[in-house]
Amino acid sequence: MFERKVLSRAAAAAAIAGLAAIVPAKAEDTVKVGLILPMTGGQASTGKQIENAIKLYMQQKGDTVAGKKIEIILKDDAAIPDKTKTAAQELIVNDKVNFIAGFGVTPAALAAAPLATQAKIPEVVMAAGTSIITERSPYIVRTSFTLAQSSTIIGDWAVKNGIKKVATLTSDYAPGNDALNFFKQNFTAGGGEVVEEVKTPLANPDFAPFLQRMKDAKPDAIFVFVPAGQGGNFMKQYAERGLDKAGIKVIGPGDVTDDDLLNNMGDAVLGTVTAHLYSAAHPSQMNKDFVAAYKKAFGNRPGFMAVSGYDGIHLIYEALKKTNGDTDGTKLVEAMKGQKWESPRGPISIDPETRDIVQNIYIRKVEKVDGELYNVEFATFEAVKDLGKTKK
Amino acid sequence: MIIKVHPLPMTSILTNLFDGVAYGMLLFVLACGLAVTLGLMNFVNLAHGAFAMAGGYVCMVLVNRMGWPFFAALPLAFVSSAAIGIVLERTLYRHLYTRSHLDQVLFTIGLTFMSVAAVDYIQGSSRVFINLPAALQGQFDLFGVGIGRYRLMIIVICGLLTIALQMVLAKTRFGSRLRAAVDDPRAASGLGINVPQVFAFTFAFGCGLAGLGGALSAEILGLDPYFPLKFMIYFLIVVTVGGSSSITGPFLASLLLGIGDVAGKYYVPKMGPFVIYTMMIVILIWRPNGLFGRTAAR
Repeated sequence: MFERKVLSRAAAAAAIAGLAAIVPAKAEDTVKVGLILPMTGGQASTGKQIENAIKLYMQQKGDTVAGKKIEIILKDDAAIPDKTKTAAQELIVNDKVNFIAGFGVTPAALAAAPLATQAKIPEVVMAAGTSIITERSPYIVRTSFTLAQSSTIIGDWAVKNGIKKVATLTSDYAPGNDALNFFKQNFTAGGGEVVEEVKTPLANPDFAPFLQRMKDAKPDAIFVFVPAGQGGNFMKQYAERGLDKAGIKVIGPGDVTDDDLLNNMGDAVLGTVTAHLYSAAHPSQMNKDFVAAYKKAFGNRPGFMAVSGYDGIHLIYEALKKTNGDTDGTKLVEAMKGQKWESPRGPISIDPETRDIVQNIYIRKVEKVDGELYNVEFATFEAVKDLGKTKK
Repeated sequence: MIIKVHPLPMTSILTNLFDGVAYGMLLFVLACGLAVTLGLMNFVNLAHGAFAMAGGYVCMVLVNRMGWPFFAALPLAFVSSAAIGIVLERTLYRHLYTRSHLDQVLFTIGLTFMSVAAVDYIQGSSRVFINLPAALQGQFDLFGVGIGRYRLMIIVICGLLTIALQMVLAKTRFGSRLRAAVDDPRAASGLGINVPQVFAFTFAFGCGLAGLGGALSAEILGLDPYFPLKFMIYFLIVVTVGGSSSITGPFLASLLLGIGDVAGKYYVPKMGPFVIYTMMIVILIWRPNGLFGRTAAR
């Protein structure tokens, strides 16, 4: 009796194992993309935008490429690096994904880097913006941006446009420090002077005292980098304290006037000049179509995170086309290098040497267009590479 | 690194003092409900911030989506948080009054996470703002001192509330019933005081105050679904520093922390975020029961 039970169990196990052996045979025709994004937590808006953009892209372009069906497996890491690592492990080992993608914040992208190297699969970074990321694995390719790109450009622009004295207010974490250092480097090299430097804690409840300090330092402009979400509070308190009336402008990388939140910031934000990779008001026909389709599908306007996700999935599609459906990770990364295409943000390409994005950086000013606040582009720095890579 | 010493204009000192008082007052309205539940009812309610968030979101929906005037929405923020408070008190909290503090902590922290997830689901995770009337925006100069209109309103509202609270507790029949119920619930109920009812009402009132605080703080602290978790630590600091046996304690503690925090961030921005914690540690070493805590008298 007992033996029979064991036998039947063994038979069942064998049957399951047999089934499992059949499934991968069928999976040959699908390409799996493990998407790791913050869908909950303070960075959730990043995750949602990227997810939306990918959905939109797949609706528009279909879910098959080079004879393979694309399957997206979404995991939420809440922007916590430990969770990113677990999610990446599960995706690689259990789901046998061919790509890992997403990564809302720098620590998340870094946590997955060794796994991408070990598993030899491409890691497509669609959000995180610290320069070092692409140096952490030869399998990392980025479609978002680096903070060095926009911060150096705004530094150059400021110094040429009559801004001589700047006070800086940046969040005290890696991207904030990147933004600050690259800005300072170019701004002071051009003859500008940083008269006041304040780093605010990441979880900062009230900007009042910092802003009062800025006001008393009487600079020509404040250079600001705060994480997505805090921009609105900053701008409101900036106006409340009358810094706009005191003639102190706001400049910075475009995170502070992210399209996602811009329209709710109130008129105080008018006139803010930022350097960034994307504005929903970018005047190309392709962008107009993109914005219209995104608005129709999800009810709000796409921000730079959405466009980074849109380009990220595009890059995956193009790489598969080039390898003719071959899912060997090394070949896919090779196929991604040097890709060039027209994105809603403008012409972009992947630098074959650094696997980082090369894109136009636009100088924009917040203006009212049809009753809504937009970043209106008025100057373009073409094909900007990341300047923050370690000097070799 | 650039360390720049400013000349210290008198007006800046006064503006900072004003900002600090406003910030402190806000902390007080947010936290005094917690002082009541923790100190008077001996219940650890870590979900206190969730009631504040509820008030903030109610106010936001009324003002932004339904076009209510801001000042009409404020009382409703109070009422709705109080209503949620009374429902939860009657259905859930009541059963935990006699349980250990660990049970209470586990229960209320769970409730906090549920509230975060619920608001995230319904309203989305991005930060929201309440559209303010133009009269409340900007700053005006009073003898050269910059006075923020919104912050001035906070000081006025919170100041009046504090006086009213103190009067109710000290002078009214309800106040004496509450104090009696707290001091010795058994004797109080023996004297015919309906202790559970008094507690339920007090709890609801504390929640309502938190709701009002949540609505007022959206402009200054920012309102998003993580509000209860982000500010829990500040509420607890106010209550620990102030001691939880009266409302004057938390009130003075809030003011002290508010002014200290603002001044610290202004004068030593590098140390800024730690000032509030340093103050807490120093005060607690000096007076372990808080500034106005009951000492070994009981």
